[in-house]
Amino acid sequence: MENLAENRTAYTDLEPATDIPNENHYYLNMGPQHPSTHGVLRVLLEMDGEYVVDPQPVLGYGHRMQEKMAEHKNWMAFMPNTGRMDYAAALPYNHGYVALFERLCGIEVPARAEYIRVITSELNRIVSHHLWIGAMLLDMGAFTPILYTFDDREQVLDILEDVTGSRLTYCYFRVGGVCKDIDDKFVEKTRAFIKRQRERFDIYNKLVTGNIIFIKRTEGVGVISPDMARRYGVTGPVLRGSGIAYDVRKNEPYSVYPNFDFEIPVGRNGDSYDRYMVRLLEIEQSLRIIEQALDQLPEGSFLGKAPKKMKMPTGDCSFSVEAARGELTYYLVSGGGDIPYRLKIRVPSYSNLSVLPELCQGMLLSDLVAAMGSMDLVIPEIDR
Amino acid sequence: MNNRGYFGELWFGAKSLLIGLNVTIKELFRPIVTVQYPREECEITPNYRGHVELVFNTETGGCDCIVCGMCAKACPSDCLVVKGEKKEGEKRKSLTLFSLDFTKCSLCGSCVETCPKGALDYSQDYNIAGFTREEFHYDLIERLERRHQQPLAAAAGGN
Ligand code: SF4
Ligand code: SF4
Repeated sequence: MENLAENRTAYTDLEPATDIPNENHYYLNMGPQHPSTHGVLRVLLEMDGEYVVDPQPVLGYGHRMQEKMAEHKNWMAFMPNTGRMDYAAALPYNHGYVALFERLCGIEVPARAEYIRVITSELNRIVSHHLWIGAMLLDMGAFTPILYTFDDREQVLDILEDVTGSRLTYCYFRVGGVCKDIDDKFVEKTRAFIKRQRERFDIYNKLVTGNIIFIKRTEGVGVISPDMARRYGVTGPVLRGSGIAYDVRKNEPYSVYPNFDFEIPVGRNGDSYDRYMVRLLEIEQSLRIIEQALDQLPEGSFLGKAPKKMKMPTGDCSFSVEAARGELTYYLVSGGGDIPYRLKIRVPSYSNLSVLPELCQGMLLSDLVAAMGSMDLVIPEIDR
Repeated sequence: MNNRGYFGELWFGAKSLLIGLNVTIKELFRPIVTVQYPREECEITPNYRGHVELVFNTETGGCDCIVCGMCAKACPSDCLVVKGEKKEGEKRKSLTLFSLDFTKCSLCGSCVETCPKGALDYSQDYNIAGFTREEFHYDLIERLERRHQQPLAAAAGGN
């Protein structure tokens, strides 16, 4: 552990490494354009035959200076950027950003808007888990499941497109509410989707959960102990897979989440299989939240009064939400005016990735793909 | 899992594969869910947010823009340019240039939301592809004219 940090700096040089410590070891570059990294992540692997001796992630290929951009324009101008960090689940990112300003400036949000936010965010979480299930199995060589999950995913994307206007990089929430109201058609379609998704779980279970190849490749692979998870600040389904029931929606409730009855699924062993199960069960919990939210949906306005030209008070403020991959925190320091002095974004995938070197030491290369896939990394979020 | 024994494991594995196969075989007899994209097209929702477009006002036969420049100011990516000039004998400025650099647009919707006249809206264009960047520098006035097959000035003149 001690010399891990030293190795990291040594190996991130772009020069090909020549100082291989053991002459039987060799270096293998996985990425930056490897199909299983789903983005431009490079993992530099020191290998001994088929075994990984030391995997080191190399970041920065997709860096866009998002945090710096936030310091250059007024706060509203950064809004579209929030949807472009975690593109697989952009709405929680929207949510955290607008809620940050609502907390900082003390802006009231109409109840209907909060409900709409929760419903759409949960739909987005489901979409993200669909994508993950498909993509992870694709990494492990199973082509079929992605066709089923994407079929379901399209259903939700159609629903979300109808209200937000886009399919992936949403910019739907506004300070004080949302930019478009939901209608009866949305409610009807969402209810139909809930019913359909519940029926589809059977297919997932038959195709994936009980499949012998899947079980053999994930059980006991990439075990993250609760202690290790805590040390690295791992959050989200990866943390819950290790048996720690931490979810911002429950532990630090925001928006209208306290109004709903839902559970936090946790795993037992902390292996890749548990992380899969946690996400699958989370889809069901999200469905429950949406169902209750649709039942309780209050009438009223969807966009409260927010000043057009918003002046921020001096000071700092932070807001955390549960994104699809874990805890997302925006921390803002304001020096007054309408341009943030500093916006720090704590993204879940970054901490989740940081367990990789310790987690994957001594693994087979193909297990590393399964372990890395089970962490649900979204690279533009890490390289924001 | 582990206390199933060698043959138990074999049996369990074979069964799980057959269950999976059963799902895919059943799918053969279900309706096709994919669309053969370039030959067929998906229906797009009217709420789809494509690039911005000037709205045609059927009453005046032109657009409602008053060249206030609010949209250009609200745009986070500086992709709108609005220019107008005051013609003699007219109370308001009339629009001479309205260009959108779609390569920079982030489809945030700020311009549509800030416009006091409702002169902007999203288009339904999603089939856009091109070879050069310049193809995405749109002249929105020209596009509006093209959509309605008549020069704006003439239409406004008859008003
Ligand atoms: S949608 Fe946003 S980025 Fe695009 S032109 Fe309008 S204000 Fe600019
Ligand atoms: S905000 Fe509306 S009226 Fe003003 S310049 Fe833009 S399009 Fe024209």
